[in-house]
Amino acid sequence: MRGLIEEDYTTKEGEFVINIGPQHPSTHGVLHLKVWLNGETIIKIQPHLGYIHRSIEKMSERLSYRNFIFATSRMDYLAAHINNEACALAVEKGLQIEATPRAKVVRTILSELTRLSSHQLWWASTGLDLGAVTPFFYAFREREAILDIMDETCGARLTQNYMVPGGLMNDIHPNFQKRTKEVLKQIKEKFKEYDDILTGNVIFINRTKGVGYLSKEDALSYGVTGPTARASGLSCDIRKWAPYSAYPSVDFEEILDTEGDSYSRYLIRMKEMKQSVSIIEQLIDNIPEGDFQEKTKNVIKLPKGEFYQRVETPRGELGVYIVSEGMSSPYRIKYRSPNFSNLSVLPTIAKGYKIGDLVAIMATIDLVIPDIDR
Amino acid sequence: MFLKNYILTVFRSIKSLLKGMKVTGYYFTHPKNILTQEYPDNRATLQMFERFKGEVVMPHNTNNEHRCTGCQACEIACPNGTIKIITKQELTADGKKKKRLDTFVYHHDMCTLCNMCIIACPSDAIVMAQTFEHSVYDKKMLKKILNAPESKLMEGVE
Repeated sequence: MRGLIEEDYTTKEGEFVINIGPQHPSTHGVLHLKVWLNGETIIKIQPHLGYIHRSIEKMSERLSYRNFIFATSRMDYLAAHINNEACALAVEKGLQIEATPRAKVVRTILSELTRLSSHQLWWASTGLDLGAVTPFFYAFREREAILDIMDETCGARLTQNYMVPGGLMNDIHPNFQKRTKEVLKQIKEKFKEYDDILTGNVIFINRTKGVGYLSKEDALSYGVTGPTARASGLSCDIRKWAPYSAYPSVDFEEILDTEGDSYSRYLIRMKEMKQSVSIIEQLIDNIPEGDFQEKTKNVIKLPKGEFYQRVETPRGELGVYIVSEGMSSPYRIKYRSPNFSNLSVLPTIAKGYKIGDLVAIMATIDLVIPDIDR
Repeated sequence: MFLKNYILTVFRSIKSLLKGMKVTGYYFTHPKNILTQEYPDNRATLQMFERFKGEVVMPHNTNNEHRCTGCQACEIACPNGTIKIITKQELTADGKKKKRLDTFVYHHDMCTLCNMCIIACPSDAIVMAQTFEHSVYDKKMLKKILNAPESKLMEGVE
C-alpha cells in the first residue's frame, strides 16, 4: 500500500517526471497521471484520483431505496442504464421479488443498446486519441440514433433513470420496437464502414499491435474485468457466468482473445457490438405482454442483511453491495466499479512502452473517470 | 525476399489507407447523407420527444385552476430537495378547515430531472415539460413558483 500512496521513487540522472492532466475540474473526466520517464520510455506511472469525487455512496445512505438509483447514472455516464439496472436488481434481491417478464426483456434490450452506444463512443474516442478525427463523426451518427430511442422511451439521452425496483418506470413507447429495428438495420450496414476506416488502417495497426501487453495472470490478480480482461483470455462475462434479466434466454457468444495487446482489446469490442445487435434482434420481436412493473410497497424496507448484485457494464463488472439494517434507507452502499480496477493495472502494462503508446493503452482500456471517483 | 516483402507491405499499407479514404470520399461527394443539424438555425422545427424531461411544470386550466392538493408526496419523493411546498389552512363552503396549497417552489437549478416526483404525485398535478433552453443570467431566476397567482384547486380533486 505504501508504494501506491507515497512517491518513494527517486529519479536517477537523465530521468524526469511529467504530469499528464488534470484538465479543468469542470470537464467530465479528469485523471491525473504522474509519469516517470527515461527519455521517452515510461518507468513508472502513478494515477492521482479524486478530482471528480461526489460521494455518491455516502449520499445514498440518506436516500430511500427508490431514490438512490438516480445518482448511479452519474457514475458511468456512458452506461447509466446498466448502473440503474444493477441497483434495481439489488433492491429486488432484498425484497425477494422479480421484475415482470416484460420488464426483464425490455431491460435487456435497453442494456444492450447502452452497450452499443457506449462502444461506439469508445470507438470514436479511440480514433480521436490516435489521431483519426473522422471516426468520431461517423460513430456519433449511429450513437445519436440509439440515444433517440432512449430519449423517446425513457425521456433522457444519458441519465435515463428508467429502472425502478420491480420493473420499469413507464411502459415502453409505442414506437420503441419500430425505431429499434430501424436503428439496428442502420448500424449493421455501418459496421463494414467502421472496419474499412479504422480496423484495417495501417497507421492504427502499427500504433496498437503489440502495445500494452496484459497477461492473463495480471488481469486476474488486478481484478480486471470486461473486454480488457477478455482480450487476455480471461473469461469473465457476467452475462454468461451469473445471468440476470433476460440473458438466460438469449443465445450469444462470449468473445475471447489471447493476444492481450491494445489491438486485441480493440477487436474484442468491435465483435461485442455485433453480439449486442444479435441479442437485441432475438428479443425485439418477443417482448411479452403484461405489466411493466411489479407492485411494490409505497415505502420500500429491505430486511436486515447484505445483498450483492453484479452486472456486466460495457467496461466490466459492476457490483452493488447493500447493507440493510431494516430501515427505509440503506445502512451502507458500496459500488465495485469496473474502471477502478481497470485503471489499477495501467502502471503495470504501460511500463517499458513509449509515452505515445500510453495514449493507445489508455484509449483501449476505455476508462470513464467519474466511475473511478464516484 | 526482403525487398519483395518490403514492397508488398508498402502496397498493402497504401491500399488500407485508400480503403478508408474511399469512405470519407463517399460522404464528401454525397452531402445528402450527412445528418448534421445546425442547432440554432433549426429552432423553429426542432421538436423534443413527448417524454423528454425538460422541467417540472404545473398545468392550469382556463379557470386558473390546478390539481395540486398540497399533499407533499413529491417533496418526499424528491432525492435532492428540489421541491418545497408551503401550505395554508382554508375554510371550505361547509365551514371546515382544510389544508390547501399556498406556494409550490421548484428549484430548477437543483433538479436532476429524475421523474420521481411525477410518478409520486397521486393527483397528476405536475408534469414534465419539453423545454430545453434553460440558461439564464442569474441563478435566482431558476427558482420558480409553479402555481399561478390566485390559482385554486380544481373541483373534484381530493
